[in-house]
Amino acid sequence: MAGKKLMYGNHAVVEGVIAAGCRFFAGYPITPQNEIPELMSIRMNEIGGVFVQTESEISAINMLFGAAAAGKRAMTSSSSPGISLMQEGISYIAGADMPVLVVNIVRGGPGLGNIAPAQSDYYQATRGGGHGDYFTITLAPHSAQDLYEFPKLAFELAEKYRNPALILADGLLGQMMEPVEFSFKPIDPKSLPEKEWALCGCKGRERRVVRSYDLKAGKLEVLNLRRAEKYAKIKSNEQRFKTKYCNDADLVIVAYGTCSRVADAAVKMARDKGFKVGLLRPITLWPFPMDVLGDMVKKVDNFLVVEMSNGQMIDDVKLATECRSRIYFHGRPGGGVPTPPEIYKRIEEVLGGAR
Amino acid sequence: MKMIFGRPAGLTETLQRYCPGCGHGIVHRIIGELLVKLDIRERTIGIAPVGCSVFADEYFNCDMIQPPHGRGPAIATGLKRTRPECIVFSYQGDGDLAAMGTAEIIHAAARSENITVIFINNAIFGMTGGQMAPTTLPGMKSTTSVKGRDIGKQGYPIKVCEMLASLDGPYYLERCAVDTPRNVIRTEKALKTAFAHQISNKGFSMVEILSMCPTGWGQTPVQAKKWLGEVMAEYYPLGVFRDLSKEGK
Repeated sequence: MAGKKLMYGNHAVVEGVIAAGCRFFAGYPITPQNEIPELMSIRMNEIGGVFVQTESEISAINMLFGAAAAGKRAMTSSSSPGISLMQEGISYIAGADMPVLVVNIVRGGPGLGNIAPAQSDYYQATRGGGHGDYFTITLAPHSAQDLYEFPKLAFELAEKYRNPALILADGLLGQMMEPVEFSFKPIDPKSLPEKEWALCGCKGRERRVVRSYDLKAGKLEVLNLRRAEKYAKIKSNEQRFKTKYCNDADLVIVAYGTCSRVADAAVKMARDKGFKVGLLRPITLWPFPMDVLGDMVKKVDNFLVVEMSNGQMIDDVKLATECRSRIYFHGRPGGGVPTPPEIYKRIEEVLGGAR
Repeated sequence: MKMIFGRPAGLTETLQRYCPGCGHGIVHRIIGELLVKLDIRERTIGIAPVGCSVFADEYFNCDMIQPPHGRGPAIATGLKRTRPECIVFSYQGDGDLAAMGTAEIIHAAARSENITVIFINNAIFGMTGGQMAPTTLPGMKSTTSVKGRDIGKQGYPIKVCEMLASLDGPYYLERCAVDTPRNVIRTEKALKTAFAHQISNKGFSMVEILSMCPTGWGQTPVQAKKWLGEVMAEYYPLGVFRDLSKEGK
């Protein structure tokens, strides 16, 4: 596949996952991501991959555990309530150091919530989500183009660090149509190297065991300390973000996903009115781009965090800046999407006569 | 000196930690022998459950994975669909298969995944200390049914072979026991058949094995064998519940 095509974000994920060399999908339908399993069922059939519609998200994540342990690229997609069901499996997968890709097309919560776009699963995605000491690498796309490109990045990071990776996208990104450029050469799964830990039968070698437990006294502590070193390495190597107009800014908006697109329009409005406003868009939510915020706080007096939630990422902004600047918040929970004038109004309130 | 009885190459040299009189060791040995007899050890991936036999990942001398409680059949699906050349078995106890993993076993059977499930039914939770299992008999004492399982409050046991036999998916279902030499031989035959069906890509096979848990039952090993044969096998009749090879399929 080459060139450019107008696509749903959800369809872009499917093509991105396949281009990344993944041939295993297991999942359970849930709105607003149903276009992913639907197209996946057709595409996997076309290319000789595996598509399993499971009885539950619990089963789906465990099928991924099996496929990943077999050394294959494997992914599932769901939306918030389904991702909650997967947390047990994600914890085991993290505990067994297995690479998988989980895509969460986030909807309003808690509970059954609604099917409107939201960013209220930020804590769940960036704090591990299940039981035990672990983190999941979390990427935040903001366009259909990102949804095409991020699966490849997610698999590469997941395999490099042997850790589960998440793509966290609000429902609007999944449902919106945008032009997508097929920007990289699709990977032939046969060209991917065999994993030296994969389960495939012990012919000619020692048997291998994949597990997340160790009951011997002191052993789990050693394993978890080793994992802490891995997380420290990810934090120092993989912080990703984009900035715009931040050099002279009196106020920097921090927003990801759809909110970063809306904030971009609000920044333009503010700049037109003479306000010095910039934008920081985290691309990795875990590891959070702490370092750039740590630098910015030396010259930026005000941060405005915009989220489609009651405020979750704002905690990371406070940690990164150590609250040395003033931090403001604008949030729309439960399926609300902020508008540029709404954000502009907040900018005006904060900066007032400072233009 | 001539060796007449030794450890099969399908088992590791790790010392097994099961209680005296426990049935797990017998079934482990049968599987360990079959891995060699069927010449599949080097292409087999085994799945250990959560429960007493969680340590099976240390005992079987083949690639092993240890999943969350009850999810073995889903893990097996992921393994088998991506490595169809491998032989995949899921070893599960009654808490694992008949309580926590009820959905996973039913749907793996309904999809007729080409895997082999070995289901150890000892009517009790061994690892956690003798609590009631979904397979605990009516009136049977456990640490969460101290006066005996009260059907009015705690419901009826689940008969897994009968339940799965109501589905069209399974290819082979049999219930065996390991209380007598005769039954042990029958169990070996059933497991061999189940693995052979997977090797010939026939689909889902499960062998349920009634197994002694003297510690959980508060009995001696000898009493436990007697109780299994006289009481437990009455409630859970032994036999073949599905064999599509007999129907020429």
